[in-house]
Amino acid sequence: MTEGSSAEAELSVRVSSIRITDVTQDGDVLTFAIASQKLNSSAGVCVFRTYEDFDWLQQSLFSQENLPGLHGIIFPPLPSKALPSQSNTQTKALKQLGFLALGQAWQSYSKALEFYLQQVATHPTLCKCNALDSFLINSESPGRQRGRKGIFNRLSQAVEEMRKESHKDVDNFFQNERIKNTNLAALSKVATEKLLDVVMTEQKLALACGHFSTSLHLCVNQDDAAAVAFSKVCLKLSDIIEAVKRNFEKAGSSNLSTLGLGLDLESRYQEAEKEMLFRRTCKLIELETVKKSTEKAKANKREVMEAFQKAVEKEFSLISSVAKQEIERFHSSRVNVLKNFLIGWCEQQLNTAKEFAELYSQHLEACRNMYTE
Amino acid sequence: MAASSERSPPPFPDSEEPELLEDSDEGADAFTGTSISEMDSPSPDSTRPPKDIFNEPPEDIFSDPLSNINSEPQKKVDAKIPSPSSDEAVDLFSDPLDDDSEVMSSPEVQNPMPDLLNEPVEAPKSDVLGEPPVSSVKKAASSEMFGDDDDDEDLFKEPPKVVTKKPQPSGPPVDVFTEVKSDVKVKPQVKDDPTDLFAEEALTAPAPKPSAGSSSSRTNGVHSEEQDLFSEATVELSLDSPRNDRKNKDAVKPSVSAPAAPVASSSSKAPSKTLKELEEEESEDKFDLNISITNPEKVGDGMNAYMAYKVSTQTSLTMFRSKTFTVRRRFSDFLGLFEKLSEKHSQNGYLIPPPPEKSILGMTKVKVGKEDPSSAEFVERRRAALERYLQRVVSHPSLLQDPDVREFLEKEELPRAVSTQALSGAGFLKMLNKATDAVSKMTIKMNEQDVWFDEKIQDVENEEQHLRKLHVMVESLVNHRKELSGNTAVFAKSVAMLGSSEDNTALSRALSQLAEVEDRIEQLHQEQASNDFFTFSELLADYIRLLGAVRGCFDQRMKAWQRWQDAENMLQKKREAEAKLLWANKPDKLQQAKDEITEWEAKVTQYEREFERISATVRKEVIRFDKEKARDFNRQVIKYLESLLHSQQQLIKYWDAFLPEAKAIV
Repeated sequence: MTEGSSAEAELSVRVSSIRITDVTQDGDVLTFAIASQKLNSSAGVCVFRTYEDFDWLQQSLFSQENLPGLHGIIFPPLPSKALPSQSNTQTKALKQLGFLALGQAWQSYSKALEFYLQQVATHPTLCKCNALDSFLINSESPGRQRGRKGIFNRLSQAVEEMRKESHKDVDNFFQNERIKNTNLAALSKVATEKLLDVVMTEQKLALACGHFSTSLHLCVNQDDAAAVAFSKVCLKLSDIIEAVKRNFEKAGSSNLSTLGLGLDLESRYQEAEKEMLFRRTCKLIELETVKKSTEKAKANKREVMEAFQKAVEKEFSLISSVAKQEIERFHSSRVNVLKNFLIGWCEQQLNTAKEFAELYSQHLEACRNMYTE
Repeated sequence: MAASSERSPPPFPDSEEPELLEDSDEGADAFTGTSISEMDSPSPDSTRPPKDIFNEPPEDIFSDPLSNINSEPQKKVDAKIPSPSSDEAVDLFSDPLDDDSEVMSSPEVQNPMPDLLNEPVEAPKSDVLGEPPVSSVKKAASSEMFGDDDDDEDLFKEPPKVVTKKPQPSGPPVDVFTEVKSDVKVKPQVKDDPTDLFAEEALTAPAPKPSAGSSSSRTNGVHSEEQDLFSEATVELSLDSPRNDRKNKDAVKPSVSAPAAPVASSSSKAPSKTLKELEEEESEDKFDLNISITNPEKVGDGMNAYMAYKVSTQTSLTMFRSKTFTVRRRFSDFLGLFEKLSEKHSQNGYLIPPPPEKSILGMTKVKVGKEDPSSAEFVERRRAALERYLQRVVSHPSLLQDPDVREFLEKEELPRAVSTQALSGAGFLKMLNKATDAVSKMTIKMNEQDVWFDEKIQDVENEEQHLRKLHVMVESLVNHRKELSGNTAVFAKSVAMLGSSEDNTALSRALSQLAEVEDRIEQLHQEQASNDFFTFSELLADYIRLLGAVRGCFDQRMKAWQRWQDAENMLQKKREAEAKLLWANKPDKLQQAKDEITEWEAKVTQYEREFERISATVRKEVIRFDKEKARDFNRQVIKYLESLLHSQQQLIKYWDAFLPEAKAIV
C-alpha cells in the first residue's frame, strides 16, 4: 500500500506519522487534534476534527464513485460516537463503547480513532480517496455538509439482515468465510466484553484498596509503645495496600491499552467484514433475482435483461474478487495486529509483575526487620 | 479454725479484730481448699498429717550435711505442737496465704506473737517491696484464685506425688534452694511464714534468677502445689517459730529449705514446661505448643448432625501426658470450654479469647448435606477460626494452666457441653454489649482515678469502630477479588473458544495457551482472595470479638469497683448507726454494731483489694493484648506479603512462558 500511495501520490502525508495528539472536550463535543508529517518535507500538519468530521470521512469512503468493487471492500470500522456529557450514564457508555469509554480523558477512544485513520491510510484502495487527504490536511472542517446516510446504513441493514444473512452462497469460499466470520465476530465480542469485566473489576479492586489503605491510617495511635508498634504495622500495611492498588491500576490499564484495544478492534473489524460479506450476499441475491426474471422474460425483453444480467454478473464477480483479496489482506493484517497487541500486553504484564514483585519483596524485608526489632 | 474459713464475723473481740478478720476472711476465701483440709483434722493434732508428709521426705533429701540441722527444728516442732492454740496456728497460716509477700518482708515479724504477726500485714507491704511486688502480688493472687477455683482436687491429689518425688531434685531445684537460702538470710525472722517466704521467693526470684523464678512463679498449677505443701508445713513451722526465731539463722535455713526441697522437686517435675512458659511470655517463637485442627467431619444425619474436628496437639511441655495427642471435639465443646473458662476467670479480669460465633444458617446448610462450595467454605472458615481460638487460649499463660484446657486437649471423652446455645458467639457478644451499655451509665458515676484506664477504655471503643470499618473494606476487597477470579475464568473460557475457531494455527495456539495462562491466573486470584480473607478479614473479625472481650474485662473491673463502693457506703451507714447508739447509750446493741462495723471494714478492705487486684490484672491483660495484637498483625502482614510476592512470581513465570508463544505468531 505504501507503493500505492507513492505511485498515485494521492496521500500527501506519511501514514506512520498520523497521530491524535490531543483531545479537548467542550460540552458534548470532543475535538481531536490530528498531527501528521508531510511526505516530501519534515513539516508537520495539525488539524482539529470532531466526530462529525470522522463520520463524514467514513461516509465519503462509502460513497466513492467510479470505484469498481467498492462493495467488496472491508471498510475500517469507525468507533461509534462518544457522548461525553452523559458521564452520569457510565454504564450506558460502557455498553455502547466498551473499552473505548475507559481510560483517562478519552485516551483509548482517541487511540481507536487514530488506529482507524491509520487503517484507512494504509488501505490500498481507500487511501486514494480525496476525502482522506483533505481530512488530514485542510485546516477547515471538510464535512460541514451532512453526508447523506449512505447505502450502508446500519439501521436498514439490520432489517434485511434477518432475511438475507442465511442465504446460501454459490461460492464455498464465501460460504465458509461467512460461517467463520459470524462465529469469530460473536466470540471476539464476548471475549472483549469479558476482558472488559476483568478490567472493570481490577479498577474496582484498586478503588477498594485505596479505601482500605486510607482507612488504615485511622488506626494510628501514638499513646504507648504497643500502640506505636501497632500503628507502625498499620502504616506499613497501608503502604502495601497502596502498592497493591497501583498494581491493579497498572495491570488494568495495560489490559486496557493493549489487549483490550486489540480485542475491541478485532471485534469491530469482524463486524466490518461481516458487513462487507453481507453486501456481497445482497449483490448475489440481486443477481439471482435478475437471472430468474431473465429466464421468465419475454423474448423481446430478453436481450435487455440478458445485458442487464451480464452487467450485474460482472459487478458481482468484481465484488467477489475484491472481497477475496480484502479477506486475505484482512486475515494477515489482523493476525499481525493481534500478535502485536498480544506481545505488547504480555510484556507489560511481565514488567508490572516484575516491578511489583520487587516492591513486595522490599516491603517484606522491611516487615521482617520490623518484627525482629 | 472455723472462724478462719467462715465469712461471718468471727468471735474476736480485741482491737486487732479488723486485721485478723480480714486476714482470716481472705485466707479462707482464697484457700478454702487448703484450710478445709486443715479443718479436717481435729484441732489438737492438726499438725499430724502435715508432719507425716514433712517428716518422711526430709530425711531423704537432707540426708547429707543439712540433715542434722534440719532435725533440730523438726524435733522442736514435735515438742511444740501442743503449746500454741490451734486458733493461732490458723491465723498464722491463713495470714501468710493471703498476705504472703507483705508479711515476710516485715521486720516486726520477729515477734512470734500471733497478734503481732498479723499487725504488720498492712504497713510494710509497699515500702519494702516497692514496685515489683505489684506484679508479684498479682501473681500470688492469680495462683490463689487458681487454688481456690479449680485446683482443689488437683492440689490434694498431687502433693503426695510431689512428696514422693522429692528424693530426686535435679538442676533447677538447686537454684531455688540457694535462692531460698539467701532470702532467708536477709530476713531470718520470716521463717514463721514459710508460705510467704516461698511465695515471695518465687516472686522475687525472677529478677535475679529467671530460672528459679520461672520454676515456681510462672506456673500456676505448680505454684498452688507449693502452697499446698507449704500450708501443711506451715503449721509446724509456725508453731515452731516462737522458739526458733530467736535462735541462730542456721536453724532457720534448714527449716525453710526443707519445704524448699519439695517445691523445687515439684517444679523440677516440669522444668521444661515452666521454662517454656516463661519464654512464651517473653517471645512467642519458642513457645512449644502447636495446636492444629483438622479433618472436619460430619457426624450423624439430619438436624442432629454435627461437625467433629480433630484437635491435634504437639508439645514438649511436660504438663501434658505425651508429646503428641489427638482428640475429637465438636463445636459445642469449644463453646463449653469458653463457658468454663469465663466462669472461672473472667471475674478476675482475665481476657478470655472468645470462640467463633455459632452460625445457624451455615450449620443448617452443612446439616442438609448439600455438597455446595459455600458449605465447604463455611466448614473451612470455622475450622480455621476454632484453630485460632484454641491457639489464643493456650498462648495465654494463665489459661494454659487451667485443668479444663488441659482436659479439653487431652481427655478422650468430654462430658457433653450443655446450654451453649445461649452463650454461642453472637448471643454472648450481645450480652456483653448490653452489659457495657448498662455499665456505661455507671461509668459516669465512677470517677476514674486511673488515667490509664480512662484512656484505654476510650481507645478500645475507637479501635473497635476502626476495625469494624476496616472489616467492611476488606470484605469488599475479598468480594472484588472473587469477582475478578470469576471474570478471569470466564475470560479464559472465551479466549479458549476464540482460539479453537481461529484459522491461523499459530494464533490459535497462542490463544489457547493464553486461555491456560488466564486459567492459572484465575487460580491465583482465587488463592489471593482466600488469602485476603483469612489473613485480614478473619483477623479483623477475631479482633473485633477480642475487643469485645477486652471491654468485658473493663466491665468486670467496674463491677469490682462498684462492689467496693457499695461496701464503703454500707460501712459508713454502720458507723453512723454506731454513733447513734453510742449517743443513745445503748451498750447492749453497741457490741453488735461494732461487730458489724468490723465486718464491713473487712469487706471494704477486701473489696478494695479485689478491685486493685482486678485492675492490675486487667491492665496486664490489656497490655498483653496490645502487644499480641501488634505482633499478630505484623505476622499477618508478612504472611500477606509473602502471598502477594508468590502471586507475582507465579505471574512472572506464566507470562515468561507465554511471551515466546505470542512472538511465534506468524
